[in-house]
Amino acid sequence: MKLFEQPAHVLHDMLVNKEITSLELTQAVLARIDEVEGDVQAYLTITREEALAKAKAVDEKIAKGEEIAFLEGIPGAIKDNICTKGIKTTCASKILQKFVPPYDATVMQKLEAQNPVVLGKTNLDEFAMGGSTENSAYHPTCNPWNTDCVPGGSSGGSAAAVAAGTAVWALGSDTGGSIRQPASFCGVVGMKPTYGRVSRYGLVAYASSLDQIGPITKDVTDCAHILNIIAGRDEMDSTSLDVQVPDFTKALVQDVKGLKIGLPKEYFVKGMDPEVEAAVKNGVKELEKLGAEVVEISLPNTDYAISTYYLIAPAEAATNLARYDGVSYGERAEDAADLVEMMTKTRTQYLGEEVKRRIMIGNYALSAGYYDAYYLKALKVRRLVKEDYDKAFKDVDVIICPAAPSVAYKIGEKISNPLEMYLQDACTVPLNLAGLPGISVPCGYNKDKMPIGMQIIGKALDEETILRVAYTYEQSQSYHEDRAQLGGK
Amino acid sequence: MKVTKKDMENVAVLSRLSIPADKEELYTQQLSDVLEYVDNLSAVPTDDIQPMAHVLPVSNVFREDVVKESLSRELALSNAPLKDDGYFRVPKVLED
Amino acid sequence: MSYEAVIGLEIHSELKTKTKIFCGCATSFGAEHNTHVCPVCLGLPGVLPVLNKRVLEFAIKAGLALNCKINNFSKFDRKNYYYPDLPKNWQTSQYDLPICEHGYVDIETSKGKKRIRITRIHMEEDAGKLVHSGNTIKDSETSNVDYNRTGVPLIEIVSEPDMSTPEEARLYMEKVKSILQYIDVSNCKMEEGNLRADLNVSLRPKGSDVLGTRTEMKNINSFKAVEEALEYEIERQEEVLEDGGHIIQETRTWDPDRGVTLSMRSKENAHDYRYMPEPDLVPIITSDEEIEKFRESLPELPDARQARLESEYGLSSYDAGIITSSRQMAEYFDAVVAAGADAKLAANWIMGDLSKNLNAEGIGIEESPVEAQRLGEMIGLISKGTISSKIAKKVFEEMWKCPDSPEKIVKDKGLVQITDTKAIEAIVDKVIADNPKAVEEYKGGKKKAIGSLVGQVMKQSKGKANPQMVNQLLAQKLD
Repeated sequence: MKLFEQPAHVLHDMLVNKEITSLELTQAVLARIDEVEGDVQAYLTITREEALAKAKAVDEKIAKGEEIAFLEGIPGAIKDNICTKGIKTTCASKILQKFVPPYDATVMQKLEAQNPVVLGKTNLDEFAMGGSTENSAYHPTCNPWNTDCVPGGSSGGSAAAVAAGTAVWALGSDTGGSIRQPASFCGVVGMKPTYGRVSRYGLVAYASSLDQIGPITKDVTDCAHILNIIAGRDEMDSTSLDVQVPDFTKALVQDVKGLKIGLPKEYFVKGMDPEVEAAVKNGVKELEKLGAEVVEISLPNTDYAISTYYLIAPAEAATNLARYDGVSYGERAEDAADLVEMMTKTRTQYLGEEVKRRIMIGNYALSAGYYDAYYLKALKVRRLVKEDYDKAFKDVDVIICPAAPSVAYKIGEKISNPLEMYLQDACTVPLNLAGLPGISVPCGYNKDKMPIGMQIIGKALDEETILRVAYTYEQSQSYHEDRAQLGGK
Repeated sequence: MKVTKKDMENVAVLSRLSIPADKEELYTQQLSDVLEYVDNLSAVPTDDIQPMAHVLPVSNVFREDVVKESLSRELALSNAPLKDDGYFRVPKVLED
Repeated sequence: MSYEAVIGLEIHSELKTKTKIFCGCATSFGAEHNTHVCPVCLGLPGVLPVLNKRVLEFAIKAGLALNCKINNFSKFDRKNYYYPDLPKNWQTSQYDLPICEHGYVDIETSKGKKRIRITRIHMEEDAGKLVHSGNTIKDSETSNVDYNRTGVPLIEIVSEPDMSTPEEARLYMEKVKSILQYIDVSNCKMEEGNLRADLNVSLRPKGSDVLGTRTEMKNINSFKAVEEALEYEIERQEEVLEDGGHIIQETRTWDPDRGVTLSMRSKENAHDYRYMPEPDLVPIITSDEEIEKFRESLPELPDARQARLESEYGLSSYDAGIITSSRQMAEYFDAVVAAGADAKLAANWIMGDLSKNLNAEGIGIEESPVEAQRLGEMIGLISKGTISSKIAKKVFEEMWKCPDSPEKIVKDKGLVQITDTKAIEAIVDKVIADNPKAVEEYKGGKKKAIGSLVGQVMKQSKGKANPQMVNQLLAQKLD
């Protein structure tokens, strides 16, 4: 494997054993960026000089014989809706095209303690609204497995970078599947932790009660390591949970004997790509061979999850995005006669179509006369969706289903029909509504060698079990060693 | 639920957005499609169900009343579109 | 047609916490603009609020002091509207589950006692300040925004529309202010904007119980303006109704210079605030035990204090009312009495000479150079007869200027009252001998002439003779 193809845990050992230097590694990844970034377009901002300077500093530490942390000196990327002090953070929107946060997100502070090499900020659907990264106001990102195809979204840039070798690890965010679905489209590992496991302070809010930051990595081992680094109670986030953070790497054991796996019957009917269904079911069979037990379960309110999500998320987004008004940061429209005109012109001009659409849906659902029938109703059905999971988890330890109903589709194929796009989220949104953790691991390909991901869902705060199941499955296969051969046009 | 032209106008004002005339029909259609889809929720019986605004049962998260360092004024204004002597400057505000 | 006014008040009080409601920025008044700000109160992308514990504590105390029920379960909501002084374009407030409900205060009006009910009290964040380039918002081409005040904690106290006159509204607001100061949750410095009121007023035919259309006047920050604005608006509404017109439900501004309320640009729709539960803050659960602990921690409140002063010390309702109008004065009074002074004398001295001097220097009773202890001792000297009330005035002026005890001052200045009959008699005899004319007049029937003789004796004794004895002796000798 080339250097830029290696996972972080291998590279860490190589650094410790002085087989490579951080500078060599960083230069290798930067060279890879030079080679393929033109085709992949995963990044919005590349901080080349800062990355090289950090790599050199880490090398000096190693030369002095100092101990280094897991991620120290290893190049990674950050989704551009996570605030990085002094580094432009655009959320892939024109309205923040020059915005430089004067503060760091808590996850950045936690990462910094590890001293990694941050290569830059990755592309996303504008304000994390979308499932293909086509809603970026700058440019789409292309799937490294087939550059005609989308990488998924909204964390498409992060997933594509890890898959293309232009980042060893990355952070993404997940509100309705935005880590899990692009991970599955790009053949990498992506995890959405339990809601509240990772601080949201500094994550530009889309839907406050659904957003979570999570790792996107080449394998499950790296995922567990990064979760260790970013998890934990944050005094700046009232919704971050005051719970112990276990050592997630201790969950990396191959053992699923007696594990009960639930297969929700509702997830395997509606217009699912038969190859996706087959790959996931094969994955489950593998786990059965290794000692797990499969139980058919029912999550009866699954049909309503998309509606629930597409009322709650836009409603919260409508208020969260009200602040983009040209007053104290971001772009401001010129030639406005008064404040209201300025705000309206600014938002109309600088916000993208999908963002505007969701804001309007949200305000509609919250407006006088409609609140009870829409927003309030959705909050009630949300409780039912969660109760479905609570009931199921009385009988099973994990739930498995696909991370997406299809493989990556062609760029431009679905973008003109918003509703059709929304229906793609069927496998992922219920988890955000219930606040449960979920991980997507590669489990095969379709006939066109496009990756398919298997989603493993756990009980609240039980990332350990889903990591264990994911690790066991991963180690029984070799998908984590496959790398996208860039090309495919 | 079919979205009317009046609804669109109202929602646009609430969103501080203006809809170009040539896009009005498209936006109205797209919004209607979504809202008609989400109407399927009305089939779910929820009379005795409490709304769930927070996913996990957390309560009483507080901080102590201790002063922390503020941002320097320079940093606070660093992204301002228009500044004036340490203030954020905005155009004419009509009564609201 | 005879109309009666129906008035409700929404009072906003800034809480005197050290930091803002959701972030650690300082709340102190008078800082340079935009220096008490941070990513959270600026509403930068990605920020989140965390509730200041003291804000909850103060809100609960205020609720208890205003006789409210404290809700065991309470939560925050977003109140959505766009304005440049509101960085996120929503105000974090409380909508359907406020922290306190169903309270009251009793006010003493010119027509007797009246109970004004309080619907609810809730916590919310204050907005920033707009500084306009012109004189008013209407003739300013641009405005400047200062976010120092954004996020300062407020409680909003909403009354039932129980008031019927501008006087009642003012008395209600004064009472609420006094209570909030008593429990030390707010500085209530109206000139610093700590306390403001929105006034709602409508008219209805006398005796009817159907409410009329009301108008609102926002951000009134002086008691005078409360009364004047209401007086004007009631009159204006009356004129409109008598002319056969209708009242438009609207917000009006009070122009204190011209003494009128003015219609603001009227909107077709009222604000649609699209209230929704605040997802970034978790609910507040307060147990009954915790509520009781807060209740026990409250100081004696004005009404209870006043009642005690009336029953224990026999003070008049009027005097007790003045003494208890502020907690500092009430505690000062208690300390004076504890130092051994007679309660009625203490009340007189505090309301009289002390207040006069404090007002002249524009300082509060907490800054009085004459401490309660010394005043108490001085009053003790009067009661013992060591000095007369008149001499005491001199002693008081001395105490104002120097920290000496009253005993020392009396001794040093030789102000001990003369009560020795023989000594006074000697002076009386001399004065009678020296003032034949006055003596003639007195003996001739002009009883008032004794006054000048008394004056002479007092002068000769340098004011130290006991006035009653002087009067007695003179009367004795002349009759």
